[in-house]
Amino acid sequence: MKNFLQTAFAALCAVAAVTSAPAQDADTEKGIERYRRMLKEDPWSNPGLLDADRGEALWKTARGPKNVSLETCNLGKGPGRVDGAFAELPRFFADANQVLDLETRILWCMEKIQGFNRADLVKRPHPGGGQPVKELGAMATYVASKSSGMKYVAKLDKPQEKEMVALGDELFHRRSGPFDFSCATCHAAEGLRIRLQGLPYLENPSEAKKVIGEWPAYRVSSTHVMTMQHRLYDCYWQMRMPELQIGSDASVALIAYLTKKAEGGEISAPALKR
Amino acid sequence: MRKVLALTGAGLLTVIAVAHAQQKPAVDPAKADAAVKAAFANAPADWVPRLTPDETMRRCSQTRNKPGKATAAAIEKRERATIEYPADGNFIGDWKKGEALAQNGYGLRFTDYPPRRASGGNCYACHQLTKKEVSYGTLGPSLLEYGKLRDYKPEAIKAAYEKIYNSHAVLACSNMPRFGTNKILTIDQIKDAVALLMSPDSPVNKGQ
Repeated sequence: MKNFLQTAFAALCAVAAVTSAPAQDADTEKGIERYRRMLKEDPWSNPGLLDADRGEALWKTARGPKNVSLETCNLGKGPGRVDGAFAELPRFFADANQVLDLETRILWCMEKIQGFNRADLVKRPHPGGGQPVKELGAMATYVASKSSGMKYVAKLDKPQEKEMVALGDELFHRRSGPFDFSCATCHAAEGLRIRLQGLPYLENPSEAKKVIGEWPAYRVSSTHVMTMQHRLYDCYWQMRMPELQIGSDASVALIAYLTKKAEGGEISAPALKR
Repeated sequence: MRKVLALTGAGLLTVIAVAHAQQKPAVDPAKADAAVKAAFANAPADWVPRLTPDETMRRCSQTRNKPGKATAAAIEKRERATIEYPADGNFIGDWKKGEALAQNGYGLRFTDYPPRRASGGNCYACHQLTKKEVSYGTLGPSLLEYGKLRDYKPEAIKAAYEKIYNSHAVLACSNMPRFGTNKILTIDQIKDAVALLMSPDSPVNKGQ
């Protein structure tokens, strides 16, 4: 399946690559667009759905030192309510006294309900290239898929939530590291590319609405589902920063900021990305 | 008269207060610093300086890369002072090495740690340079025929060197990395990049 997808993608790109530069750009885009359309016409062709299924099984299985399932985990809409929960995240959770995004909330439930050791869970939370998404990510894919087709309605209006959005805004524009990059270096203007890869203008709500709701997404280039926490980790890798800790306030703040920008946008997770 | 003065004074204070409020960051800088420190708690000791913006980056971040005139002038002056020049006064290296450097995106990521070879310049990530390479980014301007358009003038060659070494010496809060000042590239590597831009026989200028 994976090989088929990669071959199809490569073939479409190759077809597009024969023509001249500006025409080539348009043709490459068209090729990728057609590839995405083919996958949409057959929604079962997205390998990310296998991870959503795996996540559902994990969610419902008694696990951890306490040998219980996560079915009592409160994602914000009450214990056990998964449908539509992702559409309202991140949010402030009184029991944790923190603003948490989807993955950080599942992490919290795994620790508090199932008795897992948080330090073990955050040690190597993301898959390497070609490896399937890890358990936490599979469950995040499952939960997010249960909001697919809905719109982002996270209010983010409590003082703690507003504070997180403001922190995210600050961090989005914070330039440091040997390359002096911030998120805004690549994502603060329209129609730009790195090499041939298009860059969304994330400060612009109309562009944020198109892309933020796609994550967690199956990424063809790395042949696995990548979650939003992993996506940010990957951005910081590219920015020549150290490894971003999953569930850190900075990561949640950036997700809160991006989700606020995407407010009203449709959720299509798990989507399929280049 | 006293009343008028008092009123004017109050008005001025209001103006100052408003101006001050506009400058004041929405987030306490200490809070942002602490969040960043915690988010990258596993950074190797020699990477910790990466977490903190220097004075120039602090000003650029604060002003969203649109510094006022005075701030921009101060940045350009400060950054210019960091530029080190080739000892022999020659700015042009080997354009073939420059082309390889422009293609090469290796270096300084945590998967490149500890470094196994010299870092690349990755120029094509953001710039069009040659007609032959169609996989180029558009974050920076096209550099096609860069030298030709400048008649290969000696002062343009020096300016290209300075721009690569420290772009903020020329344009405060540029998006381009400070390749020399931040020790991404060596002086010799920068000379190779200059050669790519400024040699008449470089594919940047030969246009095929």
